Amino acid sequence: MADKMHIKLTVNGTEEEFLAEPRELLIYTLRERLNITGPHIGCETSHCGACTVTIDGKSVKSCTMFAVQASGKDITTIEGLGTPDALHPLQEAFKEHHGLQCGYCTPGMITRAAKLLEENPNPTEEDVRFGIAGNLCRCTGYQNIVKSILAAAATMNADASSSSDAIGQTKVEAAE
Amino acid sequence: MSVAKSLPHDAAPLHVTGAARYVDDIPLPEGALHLAFGCSEVAHGRIASVDLTAVRSAKDVITVLTAEDLRHENDVSPSPSPEPLLAEGSVHFVGQPIFIVVATSHLAARKAAKLGRVEIAPLPAILTIDDALAAESRFEDGPRVYEKGDAVGALAGAKRVIQGEIEIGGQEHFYLEGQAAAALPGEDGSMLVYSSSQHPSEIQHKVAHALGVPMHSVRVEVRRMGGGFGGKESQGNALAVSCAVVAAMTGRPCKMRYDRDDDMIITGKRHDFRIRYKVAFQDDGRIDAVDFLQLCRCGWSMDLSLPVADRAMLHADNAYAIPNLRVESHRLKTNTQSNTAFRGFGGPQGMVGIERVLDHVAHEVGLDPVEVRCVNYYAAPGEAMDSTHYGMPVEDFILSDLTDRLLENSDYLKRKEAVEAWNAENAILKKGIAFSPVKFGISFTLTHLNQAGALVHVYQDGSIHLNHGGTEMGQGLFQKVAQVAASRFGVDVDRVKITATDTDKVPNTSATAASSGSDLNGMAVQMACDHIRARLAEFVAGDDAEQVTFEGGFVHFEGKSEPFDALIKRAYMARISLSSTGFYATPKVEWDRIAGHGRPFFYFAYGAAVTEVVIDTLTGENRILRTDILHDCGASLNPALDIGQIEGGYVQGAGWLTTEELIWDEAGQLKTHAPSTYKIPACSDQPEVFNVALWDGTNREKTVYRSKAVGEPPLMLGISALLALSDAVSACGTAYPDLNAPATAERVFAAVERVRS
Repeated sequence: MADKMHIKLTVNGTEEEFLAEPRELLIYTLRERLNITGPHIGCETSHCGACTVTIDGKSVKSCTMFAVQASGKDITTIEGLGTPDALHPLQEAFKEHHGLQCGYCTPGMITRAAKLLEENPNPTEEDVRFGIAGNLCRCTGYQNIVKSILAAAATMNADASSSSDAIGQTKVEAAE
Repeated sequence: MSVAKSLPHDAAPLHVTGAARYVDDIPLPEGALHLAFGCSEVAHGRIASVDLTAVRSAKDVITVLTAEDLRHENDVSPSPSPEPLLAEGSVHFVGQPIFIVVATSHLAARKAAKLGRVEIAPLPAILTIDDALAAESRFEDGPRVYEKGDAVGALAGAKRVIQGEIEIGGQEHFYLEGQAAAALPGEDGSMLVYSSSQHPSEIQHKVAHALGVPMHSVRVEVRRMGGGFGGKESQGNALAVSCAVVAAMTGRPCKMRYDRDDDMIITGKRHDFRIRYKVAFQDDGRIDAVDFLQLCRCGWSMDLSLPVADRAMLHADNAYAIPNLRVESHRLKTNTQSNTAFRGFGGPQGMVGIERVLDHVAHEVGLDPVEVRCVNYYAAPGEAMDSTHYGMPVEDFILSDLTDRLLENSDYLKRKEAVEAWNAENAILKKGIAFSPVKFGISFTLTHLNQAGALVHVYQDGSIHLNHGGTEMGQGLFQKVAQVAASRFGVDVDRVKITATDTDKVPNTSATAASSGSDLNGMAVQMACDHIRARLAEFVAGDDAEQVTFEGGFVHFEGKSEPFDALIKRAYMARISLSSTGFYATPKVEWDRIAGHGRPFFYFAYGAAVTEVVIDTLTGENRILRTDILHDCGASLNPALDIGQIEGGYVQGAGWLTTEELIWDEAGQLKTHAPSTYKIPACSDQPEVFNVALWDGTNREKTVYRSKAVGEPPLMLGISALLALSDAVSACGTAYPDLNAPATAERVFAAVERVRS
């Protein structure tokens, strides 16, 4: 048995420090050690995407990354995106546009979609279809998932332009 | 009224934030144990010796159990035929559980399970349909036959006859959440079980037998599943029983979940079929007779194979009034996973058979396949009524009208011309377009299962607690049923709290299956609500109770309105009972499954699809370009949820018939046991244009708010994708493509080569 490794990482803004075996997978760290159960275990071979999290600005399937590989890094899971009382626009859109059925793929799907919209705030339908092709859903046939992501992109862009207008106004006022 | 509104899924806020709990997310008390199976690596053989020394001494292992350690019944069968939890003396498929490892973690249990030394003396393995036929290996004595008219006689005297055969592969459910269960021992021999199951009452039943206690000592709770599709109707029994047995033995909570590979290797799938047909027809495509031979691979145990094979026979007509129809069904026993329920439950295979016949006949007579289908349709209401080959009158055949509307909306004729023009100009890429209808029978064919119960409480603050026997697997059942409850009391749906399915609240439930969830449980909830409503109305109006109405959050009587919660408070003070059960049994259904005669179904659900595809004739690779669907949900309880079922069903059906291929090697090992080798549809595979609309009509039978079941029927709309691929292959030559399912790129390529030569 290999010696335990010292691991320090940040999950949803909280620093975590612990000793773990070198072969401990990140999804087990999240789910069993830290009780963060939003990311799910679907296939454990990085094909289904149910365990998707964001690590230092990249979408990562946490079932095929060792915890020790994530040491020193900043991790965001679905729990870090919003809460039932304060939903992220993507979460709101998945709810309103029926972008889920059994919900098991949903946390990974939304986490991936959030990253996709960061990379490409104005995606075409095709961009979305290929951008989330690494996340499987067995229930919806993906139609409403694509709709949800496009709707969220529209909302986020509208919010961004109205807040930049507001900033613009403040600047004008300050100049006066 | 909240019924008919497109409200979001009740748990959507939890799902989108990762707060919705599945079995593996439920925190267990300290000291919980984790289980894994050690499985057979041989398809058929006698167990010569079992050496578990290395397993027992592995790190973090607490104990190991074999069949000898089970104190009571060693059985997890959902049918009258036995199915041992752990192998006794012999093994019958690669993946059959032989021992249970109990460890302090999931990974420790799985690692240790690989250390077992089981010596098996191999016996001849029956793996394929041909093997089983040669060995006469089957369930039931011989073939089952349903017949109308005299197909054999009509075929013998017919002018035009063709015959053919289609192989139809099975399908892995690939619910995203694998099988999982947990058990917590209580006092006095009681057991609490959490299970990812479509059938909590059966889990309760099997656990009680395994523990040697009455059913009242076992409580099963199911809040939700991460997908079921039929794969959690019986396949969860083994995990729940294992957890309960070990929990009773050790006094500690136990959990078991299958890793994806284990799940695919151990659990059953959709039945694969070979269907042979012989058909007599006229020059206009009218079919006089069909003789079907349905060969069905059941796997090693009976499980639900008999009703699955029955349903395949019951859908061998699909939408067509065939005067002479004979269906012979063989239920073959093989040394492979025990095939089980899967969305459609045999219906899809039966339907693929007859749609293949229609396609083949259209090719033979050189007419548009839609024309050939329409000329064979059952009579529309108002015309002389036809009966099916099992003697059930088809009273509400709306497909003629529905077909006309879909063809118009999808611009079928113009697009067919465009496809032909494209094919005339392009040598490499060929397009195909196809239409297929669905007529699917709604009700459990095991008639006694058509019953449901509900439990409704109204608390003194006016909040409503709702429980029923159905389980939530993503289909939106809880939301639909909550909308029914809110509508009965005339209140906002937010006032209704839906709670986990629990055998302590509603007993003796049927599986949430056969598309029946909202039909049965919606009605039972309506009954329970109406009992309470009647008491309230009488409290308000005495003998004039019938004039009381519940609407908009108020209770109205003689021009006066009182807020619902104010009335509830008054009723409580006046000692009126605010709790009720509800019970519903589907009327009219009665049939003889041996003779194949009677009315197995309360009603039919209808739909139709047009799919357009393109194939690359150099590689066989293909894409769905466009899909148009018109589907009948009666008066929909929630149109958005129903459209979601239709879209998801179509994609799952198209996946089954195109990319999802199961392959076993010569030793009976499943080689496609992970998503790396088994290809379910991804987002990037979906049609560029996907139009889904609901048929505007109501159920002629008195179902809950005149709605229709929607879970299974749309899966069969995916048959149009297989037919469209066949049409594209047809454009490469004159011979009939004879395309088997799944029509993978390899099969499409081979078919292109065949029709060209």
